[in-house]
Amino acid sequence: MNWLSSIDPLFLHGVTGVVILIVLIKIVVGFSVLMGSVTLMIWFERKAISDMQSRIGPQRWGPFGILQTLADGIKLIFKEDLMPTEADRFVYKLAPYLVLVPALVTFAIVPVGGTLTIGGHQVMLQIANPPVGILVLLAMSGISVYGVMLAGWSSGSKYPLISSVRASAQMISYEAALGITIVTIVLVTGSLSTHDIVTSQAHGIWHWNVIRLGVVPFVIFWMAITAELHRPPFDVVEADSELVGGFNTEYSSFRFAIFYLAEFMNTITMSAIIVTLFFGGPAGWVPNVAHLKWLFPIAWFLLKTVAFCFCYIWFRAALPRFRYDQVMDLGWKRLIPLSLGWMIVVAGFLIAPAWGLVMAAAVLFASVVLARAFEIGTTRSVGADSILPVVGERPLPEDVLRSWSDREEE
Amino acid sequence: MASPLSFLGGFKLTFQHLSRPRVTVSYPQEKRPKQPRQHGRHVLNRYEDGMEKCIGCELCAGVCPANCIYVRGLDNPPDHPVSPGERYGYVYEINYLRCIHCDLCVEACPTQAITESKMFEFSFTNRSDAIYTKAELLVDDQGFPKHLPWEDWREGEAEMTGGWMRATSPSGDANYEGVVQWTGDLGAGVRAPEAGQSGRRDDEKTGSKQLRRAFYKHLQPEDVNDDQRGVAALLNDVRSKMPRRFRKDHS
Repeated sequence: MNWLSSIDPLFLHGVTGVVILIVLIKIVVGFSVLMGSVTLMIWFERKAISDMQSRIGPQRWGPFGILQTLADGIKLIFKEDLMPTEADRFVYKLAPYLVLVPALVTFAIVPVGGTLTIGGHQVMLQIANPPVGILVLLAMSGISVYGVMLAGWSSGSKYPLISSVRASAQMISYEAALGITIVTIVLVTGSLSTHDIVTSQAHGIWHWNVIRLGVVPFVIFWMAITAELHRPPFDVVEADSELVGGFNTEYSSFRFAIFYLAEFMNTITMSAIIVTLFFGGPAGWVPNVAHLKWLFPIAWFLLKTVAFCFCYIWFRAALPRFRYDQVMDLGWKRLIPLSLGWMIVVAGFLIAPAWGLVMAAAVLFASVVLARAFEIGTTRSVGADSILPVVGERPLPEDVLRSWSDREEE
Repeated sequence: MASPLSFLGGFKLTFQHLSRPRVTVSYPQEKRPKQPRQHGRHVLNRYEDGMEKCIGCELCAGVCPANCIYVRGLDNPPDHPVSPGERYGYVYEINYLRCIHCDLCVEACPTQAITESKMFEFSFTNRSDAIYTKAELLVDDQGFPKHLPWEDWREGEAEMTGGWMRATSPSGDANYEGVVQWTGDLGAGVRAPEAGQSGRRDDEKTGSKQLRRAFYKHLQPEDVNDDQRGVAALLNDVRSKMPRRFRKDHS
């Protein structure tokens, strides 16, 4: 393997062909399982939401309509692949993959089960365990913002452009709260690696991050990730009942299918990430059965992930959509300060309980100041010298209006 | 003001809906039961001895607001009469591209020769098929409507033809409400009167009861009346099975 180490220095440290083979098998299995579970997820969503709405849902193709997604996929592939004449051809073709590939790559860092021993090799049931670990999640969601943005921009139409600006603004806003919550977890774990995060929660339900950190970071993370996914109640990006479509309005055929696929793949991946970060990943009760011990962590992981997938569907059925200003309000004014304050308090408690109390007091004081600032911001009086008059809540003063109209007449 | 956690009610409601019966009926495979007084395509009835009821008087054609009926009467052949009267309907045609299913023809008919079935699921690919002649309208030798190939007949749908006619009292006379003033039909014989407003109605025979049972499972709990719910429903069910003289609503 000397020729390999000349290509990449990683191969210097005892990497043999068997190791590469195992990695390849893990990638292939992971990819195919994820693709298969996406089709199942789409079917599950349609079936569950129709149950919640007293409908029947897909039923024609396969038992219980389970092959409906396959039929839809085949239909989409055979549709005409349209491209607007004004489109930027290269970017237009690139954008779907910028959404799909991050969705696939993010799943690589999720620990699906414990550790197996195959042929003398310790194999982690996780495609990759990079030292940067959970930062891959943030990096990949950053890249998928590019996908959304470029899809809207390259369509050569103003409506997808507006929608993509809206979508990327929402994703970037919630990424801040997402990142700060992840910092809280990393502080407690002392490592970025998802494998370490999972093993630190493996000693019972009281060690799970959802309880260890207080429930607040979990709730913030869940909200932020729902907004990242554009899932209801944060689906202003492609509000089915109100808008024609979102950033992907001009896309058709298989390119549209890729966006659709990526959306649902992200839903599964983010459910898995929530389970990994807050619910101990594959941790759970394992009976002492010979040769089958490795199966139970996988089952626990799947069970928890499916539960969260179901919760996303439940959100869609139960919650009305937020208005766009409410989405931004929730992200910037509530989630980011709250996650920041909680992170500071956790950091204080990690040093010493006394520091934790001091930090809690400081955060309380800061939140009072912040609340007052928001109050001033929403109730300030509008004068002639105000830079940004508040529109909508109350009519503008007459002299301001007159000065504006005078200016236009000149 | 609503509680800040009142949004949880939405979660509860949607979760409860998981186990509720579905409202949707997968239509071509499964049909919802039809109302007893449904206005469908017409049939020409016969007497129990097989004679045609139509006497070719053309009252139906005269009353038809859509001008869709064409009738020509002819004297009965003396050696083998078609109808018991003097004349019979020699030509009888209904154009279903015109018919509005108002059933004025059924009201006008002096011999109850024309009534309507509950069949509305028929379609044509050309205009001449839309004109039903006597060959298609007349009931068959068993007294049931002919099942034409382009019509979607199901089990039990041929029953209860002319439900609407029997629903009204003859000539609008309240004294005869619920009284059979109906000549015997081939196949069905003298049919029971439709459920009226008096105590003389018979839901068992007219099919109204079965219909209500069939519709019951499609109702949501909040759509069900108080007397059809829970213990009250049980009591009502028991009461309806009791002999009439024990019943509370006996008048």
